[in-house]
Amino acid sequence: MADINILAIESSCDETAAAVVRNGREVLSNVIYSQIDLHTLYGGVVPEIASRKHIDKINQVVEKAIADSGMELKDMDAIAVTYGPGLVGPLLVGVSFAKALAYGANLPIIGVHHIEGHICANYIANKELEPPFMCLIVSGGHTHLVKVADYGKYEILGKTEDDAAGEAFDKVARAIGLGYPGGPKIDKVSKSGNPEAIKFPRAKVGGSEYDFSFSGLKSAVLNYLNTASMNNETIVTEDVAASFQQAVIDVLVGHSMEALSQYGFKKFAIAGGVASNSGLREAFEKACAERQIEFFLPPPILCTDNAAMIGSAAYFEYISGVRHGLDLNAVPNLKLGERVN
Amino acid sequence: MKIIALDSSGLVASVAYLEDGKIKGSININYQKTHSQTLLPMLDEMVKTLEIDLKDVDYLACANGPGSFTGLRIGVATIKGLGLSIDKKIVDVSTLEALALNWPGADGIVVPIMDARRSQVYAAGYSFEGNETRPVKVIEEVNCELSVLIEKLNAMGRKVFFTGDGVPVYKDMIKQSLKVPYVLPNAANAYQNAANVAVLAEIYAGEGLAKKAADISPVYLRKPQAEREREAMQGQQ
Repeated sequence: MADINILAIESSCDETAAAVVRNGREVLSNVIYSQIDLHTLYGGVVPEIASRKHIDKINQVVEKAIADSGMELKDMDAIAVTYGPGLVGPLLVGVSFAKALAYGANLPIIGVHHIEGHICANYIANKELEPPFMCLIVSGGHTHLVKVADYGKYEILGKTEDDAAGEAFDKVARAIGLGYPGGPKIDKVSKSGNPEAIKFPRAKVGGSEYDFSFSGLKSAVLNYLNTASMNNETIVTEDVAASFQQAVIDVLVGHSMEALSQYGFKKFAIAGGVASNSGLREAFEKACAERQIEFFLPPPILCTDNAAMIGSAAYFEYISGVRHGLDLNAVPNLKLGERVN
Repeated sequence: MKIIALDSSGLVASVAYLEDGKIKGSININYQKTHSQTLLPMLDEMVKTLEIDLKDVDYLACANGPGSFTGLRIGVATIKGLGLSIDKKIVDVSTLEALALNWPGADGIVVPIMDARRSQVYAAGYSFEGNETRPVKVIEEVNCELSVLIEKLNAMGRKVFFTGDGVPVYKDMIKQSLKVPYVLPNAANAYQNAANVAVLAEIYAGEGLAKKAADISPVYLRKPQAEREREAMQGQQ
């Protein structure tokens, strides 16, 4: 079969990214322009500022991705773009740009689900990985435990009822004065803290047994900080960070291992920005090894928002015949497994 | 000269095709669907009907602001993507200047006003000198309270020709406070029209003002709210 080369574009949050991916697994180029410094000033992503930056950078990023791939636009088989979920302003820049690019080059356009992209990052990192398997997606906007039944076929087993895991990291980091982005900063200081120092709650939620809740944990950290400061107790930032991170890890690992055992999966993968957290990676490696579960995880460059993962997901859509029209729109609350227009 | 132009800076999505000083086609839609759903299908419809070969087009053009932030970016992102794929330069034109061509040759000041919400407008003033198609700017592009603009127009003392989506929003206020003679637009010349963008783009392209797709950036005339609040807080400290 001839090679399928896809140029993919991702702009759902604060990364402007483009990549060329061959046959869903081989990355020919992967360009990411991160706006993180800009949003650090505001303690989080400001959608309007992100949108403005996306439109100013998108041509340079896409041109570099094409150049780095050693190919030309006309050699592509399709253009892919994230059309949801995400921030509507940023998504619309990518979608509008990608559609016009595809139109002018007379190529098909394929809209891709951002979270499905994160899952597919594992296909790039592990060439032998094939469905079925179970995947935990943890990022600033999402916390999903997903059954990957087949390429492009997903079933949500559990999701967060309130804050995403990454959001909880950001909020707690702000409260203990570490700043934005919270995930990497908490991960770093946790290494010199005691994860057993403070007993924060491991939340069980009423709904589905695999659903998550992190807002209670966040409140418990804030309460601890308030009480300690009212009693003039010394707050050891490293211990608070380590204890909080351990509470998040325990819940993520606990739910995942129970679901793996109940559904009888032998393969488990993680994905999303928080999957770069070193404490989380180590905990999953250990838990999976103990249960003879094969564990997959992408390198950090494929965990952060990137377009290579979108190009991978798009390949499996492409070979199953998915094509979108010129009226493809951004769908900010697109559900996992859902296909719109 | 062959130019494809578009404008999605406001309520109307509009595409037009100009060939050697003649508008050969244009489509304007003022409907509740988002520009993201309508703009490119409209462009495709026009290209097919007029049998345009994209390879033969000399320039692309777009209204680059001010306007609705999201609407502007849909148009600008579309033109930047198209510019990259068909390797054509882009002429970006002020939305307000293009709107001024709704009153070509008017004997007075043409004032496009776009609703910027919170009793504010994006506006500018233009006049037409002699037989020129091209408007001359007599009031700089601003984002201000309508009352500030009206004060300025009263002081200038010339007849005013209004156009733009701010007119239906602010016509009562205009009636109350404007002391100079004025004319409101009719249903056909009240809104953005990509044909106007194409006409200006032909002039600007002739002057060598076309840019690479990568260099095109919207002109918002207003900072993001978070940035304004941050600056205000820093000002207080």
